[in-house]
Amino acid sequence: MAKHINVALIGNPNTGKTSVFNRLTGLNQKVGNYPGITVEKKQGTCKFGRACKVHVLDLPGTYSLNASSVDENVVIELLLNKNDKDFPDVAVVVADIENLKRNLLLFTQIKDLGIPTILAINMSDRMKRKAISLNVPALEKKLKTKIALISSRKNLGFDYLKELIEDYKHLSTKPSLNASSISPEYFDRLRKAFPNQDLYKLWLVITQDVNFGKLDRNELKGVASFQTESISNLKRLQQKETVIRYQFINETLKETLHIDTANAKDLRSRLDRVLTHKVWGYVIFFGILLLIFQAIFDWSAYPMDFIDSTFASLSEWAKNTLPPGDFSSLIAEGIIPGLGGIVIFIPQIAFLFLFISILEETGYMSRVVFLMDKLMRRFGLSGKSVVPLVAGTACAIPAIMATRNIENWKERLITILVTPFTTCSARLPVYLIIIALVIPDTRVLGIFSLQGLTLMFMYILGFGAAIFSAYLLDKILKIRSKSFFVVEMPNYKLPLPKNVIITVIEKTKAFVFGAGKIILAISIILWVLASYGPGDFNNAEEIIKNEYASQNLSEEEIAMHIDSYKLEHSYIGHVGHAIEPAVRPLGYDWKIGIALVSSFAAREVFVGTLATIYSVGSDDEQTIKNRMAAEINPILGGPLFNFASGVSLLLFYAFAMQCMSTLAIVKKETNSWKWPMWQLVVMSAIAYVVALAAYQFLK
Amino acid sequence: MITIASLKKGQRGIIKDFSVDVVPLKLLEMGCLPGNEVSLVQIAPFNDPLYLNINGSHLAIRKETACLIEIELI
Repeated sequence: MAKHINVALIGNPNTGKTSVFNRLTGLNQKVGNYPGITVEKKQGTCKFGRACKVHVLDLPGTYSLNASSVDENVVIELLLNKNDKDFPDVAVVVADIENLKRNLLLFTQIKDLGIPTILAINMSDRMKRKAISLNVPALEKKLKTKIALISSRKNLGFDYLKELIEDYKHLSTKPSLNASSISPEYFDRLRKAFPNQDLYKLWLVITQDVNFGKLDRNELKGVASFQTESISNLKRLQQKETVIRYQFINETLKETLHIDTANAKDLRSRLDRVLTHKVWGYVIFFGILLLIFQAIFDWSAYPMDFIDSTFASLSEWAKNTLPPGDFSSLIAEGIIPGLGGIVIFIPQIAFLFLFISILEETGYMSRVVFLMDKLMRRFGLSGKSVVPLVAGTACAIPAIMATRNIENWKERLITILVTPFTTCSARLPVYLIIIALVIPDTRVLGIFSLQGLTLMFMYILGFGAAIFSAYLLDKILKIRSKSFFVVEMPNYKLPLPKNVIITVIEKTKAFVFGAGKIILAISIILWVLASYGPGDFNNAEEIIKNEYASQNLSEEEIAMHIDSYKLEHSYIGHVGHAIEPAVRPLGYDWKIGIALVSSFAAREVFVGTLATIYSVGSDDEQTIKNRMAAEINPILGGPLFNFASGVSLLLFYAFAMQCMSTLAIVKKETNSWKWPMWQLVVMSAIAYVVALAAYQFLK
Repeated sequence: MITIASLKKGQRGIIKDFSVDVVPLKLLEMGCLPGNEVSLVQIAPFNDPLYLNINGSHLAIRKETACLIEIELI
């Protein structure tokens, strides 16, 4: 029978834990969520030679078992729950040779849980260059464990690590520290109250509530209600635990680890001097941002055009090959354009995640946080808000999840609330088509395209709106929260291509399938609503033929009139006419109104909706653009998409909260419906008012 | 009182005892412990936050936290 081993990878952030995971599992990995929370769950499998199957779980990075966020809490919840199907047979603690002292704190805590624990010391290839020497056998003895010196960069030591994992039953499960030494008197009391429990686990359960309030606990019931100590006393004991652990680690490493500090002045300090410089630091950061935007606008245009035309011809092909009828038009006019509307975003999303993951892998992101903190604080944000605001240009959903490492709740909440203002990639197709329609294709000063500048202005507008509303929220929200900020400044590293590629693939996949489902569902619903209708709808052919009987129209013209009559009298037409009074002051007709309303599910359906409504049959932007340019304003005459209504639409999309998935994630992250509803109402109200003002002023 | 906030670039000090009620546990876990050596590596533009090397750990903290941690210059 095949042997099955559950392995949990645990470690501090920046130890290269994920590259170890990638090395072990290759592409045999699966990213999901822990049930009920939006923490990413990364797991994978690998085979170790003789019929031994290993399931590897990559737990979120944490500095200790004292959780201060949902991500860190996942680690302790799992390690305390023996009945969990992912409960590890063996834990591999990944440490970085250059930060061994700090990394061992977590190791001693895991060891004390009685789980067989292997210490994998990563980046061991740097030891020679950094003049670090380590007495491995002595350290193994002191820590009562087995140590694998590995390097995920150079692919060293993994065979030995796998051997250790396979032989996990031979590992000692003795604790490295006697928990009672934290406070003999207090632990004695605990022992008397709970004679059958492991004291260190008990202690963890009790103290978790101190750091991290709302936990559902299945295990060790009744402990939470057991009033053991005052909170400030428990905090003092936790401090004592940390001190005791560091004492143990210091003693252990004094005899086993030797670092020649003369070699310490190196690349890091030289790079830091430039990258965090008060002038060059900002110049470089904005240079990098410019490069990212350049990639998103310019470089991704080629694959996007290709995808666009491919789907247009695919739709055409389906229409011509399938037998005519409801089914074929559902495929050709509903599903294929809908799918195209998802796939077309892949190049942009991939570029964005490519850059973001490179910035994070190299350690540069921490420098940006350091550089921007003071500036951002003036607007009620934190230096750590820069990451979500930059990531928000791809998609607000991962951006909002990236706010978790902001320690201060008020700064975090404000970041969550303002992130949806940044121009996410779903707004891009809307901007592109409207700018192409209403902004003249001329050059400013001979070089800059006016359309390009308009697009850049839309991005600046998004950031501006985010920063300005953060400033207002900082003044309005009365939340007292302890200000605290700490960020690790990791060593600079060259990004590992494998890590970057895996991140890009995983994130893009998540986006496509997540957003894809909504877009697909909406295109099908819209198609149904536009293809069927009550009453007159079903007699369209007769009515139109009678109406135009006197005129000599070609078959084609009659068919066109029938189509547009059908649309007006379809279900969607009725809905559209009902909302028309609300959107007319903004310069829109009922068709744009429908596109606007369906955009509240997800903005990217705007173009697809207009495509479906205008019954062009394909999502090809050129055709739909021509069709839009030909639309006549039913009341005022003249083109429907003119400068005034175009600007009004751009502004509406810039400000409105039109994304159900973002609302759902905000609900999860803030744990209440109050904030997403607040975003929906306030942002959409701002959008309406600004669009109204712009149209009335410009028309 | 001399605190981490009063360090000049390149200066070093030894962290004295401090109260856990004002300094968060996370900072301790990252190596900011009484008895450890701290040096100021870099100050961010606009004089905040501070980029420190505490016992080999490189961290950045804000001045308001730094001025709660008493040190002895060396």
